Amino acid sequence: MSDVASQLTTADGRPLKAALASAQARAKRRAFFLVLPLLLFILISFAVPIGQMLQRSVYNDQFSKSVPALTEWFAENPKGTAPDEAAFAALASDLVLMKETRAAGDAGTRINYVVSGTRSMFTKAARGADKLEPPYMAAMLELDEDWDDPLVWNAMRSAASPWTFDFYTIAFDLERDADGKLTKVDENQRIYFRLFIKTFLIAGVITAICLVLAFPIAHLLATLPMAKANLLMILVLLPFWTSLLVRTTSWIVLLQGQGVINDIFVALGILGDDGRLQMIYNQTGTIIAMVHILLPFMVLPLYSVMRVIPVSYTRAARSLGATSWTTFRRIYLPQTIPGIGAGVLLVFILAVGYYITPALVGGADGQLFSNMVQFHMTKANWSMAAALATMLLVGVLVLYWLYDRLIGIDKLKLG
Amino acid sequence: MALPTYASPLERAWHYAYLAICVLVFIFLIAPILVIVPLSFNAEPYFTYTEKMLSFDPEGYSLRWYDSLLTTGMQAHEAVRDAAWWSDLWHNADWVKAAKNSVIIGFWATILSTVLGTLAALGLARPEMPWRRTIMAILISPMIVPIIIVATGMFFFYSNPCAIVGMDCGRLTSTYTGVILAHAALGIPFVIITVTATMSGFDQSLIRASASLGANPRRTFFKVVMPLILPGVISGGLFAFVTSFDEVVAVLFIAGPDQQTIPREMWSGIREQISPAILAVATILVIISISLLTTVEILRRRSERLRGVAAH
Repeated sequence: MSDVASQLTTADGRPLKAALASAQARAKRRAFFLVLPLLLFILISFAVPIGQMLQRSVYNDQFSKSVPALTEWFAENPKGTAPDEAAFAALASDLVLMKETRAAGDAGTRINYVVSGTRSMFTKAARGADKLEPPYMAAMLELDEDWDDPLVWNAMRSAASPWTFDFYTIAFDLERDADGKLTKVDENQRIYFRLFIKTFLIAGVITAICLVLAFPIAHLLATLPMAKANLLMILVLLPFWTSLLVRTTSWIVLLQGQGVINDIFVALGILGDDGRLQMIYNQTGTIIAMVHILLPFMVLPLYSVMRVIPVSYTRAARSLGATSWTTFRRIYLPQTIPGIGAGVLLVFILAVGYYITPALVGGADGQLFSNMVQFHMTKANWSMAAALATMLLVGVLVLYWLYDRLIGIDKLKLG
Repeated sequence: MALPTYASPLERAWHYAYLAICVLVFIFLIAPILVIVPLSFNAEPYFTYTEKMLSFDPEGYSLRWYDSLLTTGMQAHEAVRDAAWWSDLWHNADWVKAAKNSVIIGFWATILSTVLGTLAALGLARPEMPWRRTIMAILISPMIVPIIIVATGMFFFYSNPCAIVGMDCGRLTSTYTGVILAHAALGIPFVIITVTATMSGFDQSLIRASASLGANPRRTFFKVVMPLILPGVISGGLFAFVTSFDEVVAVLFIAGPDQQTIPREMWSGIREQISPAILAVATILVIISISLLTTVEILRRRSERLRGVAAH
């Protein structure tokens, strides 16, 4: 067989196998070259910026760049060495450097992430650094007795290298004790990881509500005659095409204290004028507005699956004696699973990373993880923001990978 | 969906309950969008229906918020409305400037993402395409990655894009180019999804037929492929335009004071001094989205007819 294949040649005498292989390689290259410009564009304008930002979560030279003497001392003395006079001399000389380059605030901020309340120690010490006299240890301790705190020295040792995992430690609500062991921070200071979990929970609630609301209307759209279904479909697609900010504004108008819904309740006598409900600028507002915004993303995949489910299956089940509930549970529902999976994952992915709506209608307790990233951005805590962003990104990418495995990216449809 | 004749009373009751639920969900979807339209004509600076509005008293309605959209930011909005007034409006009014920026940025971002996206979708539709799944996942990711992460990354990168190769070549933040590049990246997934969906029903043998009849690849593309996928390309382009036209987070991070767009103005309007002028803008945007939706629906049907996809 292979002999025959190797004997076959094209008109110009090349073996057929080689000619076919090169033709296929050429076709492959052609297809790839069509995609290449866009791939490069996305990599440069989208992937590289994100990668570069993520690097900031493990790289921070705020402290390390202004402590050459301390870095040397840390290199000479192994971890756990109590700071001696030489260490304090090194610290004092670095503080003088910080005063000259006005870097004490930056350096203090870096240590402050790990041991709170230390920023002022650095700014204060740097201010009078050039007047410090030996013995430096005593002089420094006189300025602030916390200067021999092992936590501060551990933090400085870690921060003396620009590469660090400190920001992830903080993001997971952990801290290092004097022995360098990871422990959970106090109950009332666990904000980041707790918000991370809360974001996933809220996203889960939003997804569940979307599914419950989308299922009946997707079913209705799928079973109506095409002409009627197309008309009703417009009611689903119009919100989809309407600006996010417009929809968020609408919800503010509807839900606020003096808003339309409260007015209706008061007019109907359900609520007293002083008992108006607070439905916006809190978690409720975030959930209501986000359900409305994400609902079309649930309806569309459900609809596209339901539309191709043959009616004859349910009819057959009924004719064989199943009740309508059994028919739904055993026959119809299992066939909609691909649509449910696609819709649930898509809505969940989009909800987890949501920013605009919580920022506008979330108030204090309706903020999601994205808002925390933004908070640290505005405070110029770049590394902290980057560490939180990485956490969020990893969470979303895991879900995205799952989506691709289970449903396939190429099945994604809009309208 | 008619109820079968053998339905029991309980099933009948459930059927009507189900219809009622559907109606309620449709109301939930559409009412918030429609409710703001009359409110934008409110004569009072409130966000609620006044008694005059409810009794359809003409005095309860006015165009003052639409007027304020035009005049905010003008140097002399009290002046007589002559040519100089209109020129002042065109050059200085905040919302007019924002609208101009939105259109400029949206237009170029759409061109960029549609051209690159369509080329890529053509490649992705070929059966020989290597690593299709991975590449597709990368190209769709701007839609999936949380916008705040994208915006933060772009903020750092665009403030000195050449830093990664160790050079300094100026910044892209606070420039039109920066915002356009960002919006193009965000619009690409929509173009890819729409155009690949069109290509999936595309009969590849048409290309071979065209070639066998003597057309070169360019002629085949413009005479055979292009007319068939054009509706999909235009839909994708409209999606990309709407994405840019509605985008606020990247603008917040990347744009400077000269690149404020309509969503950016709305954003500060909602956060700072929310006035019914916002509702007037919202109403205009709703009208724009209705017309875009209509266009896309018409194109979709045309595309289905062209490709011979049977209508159910």
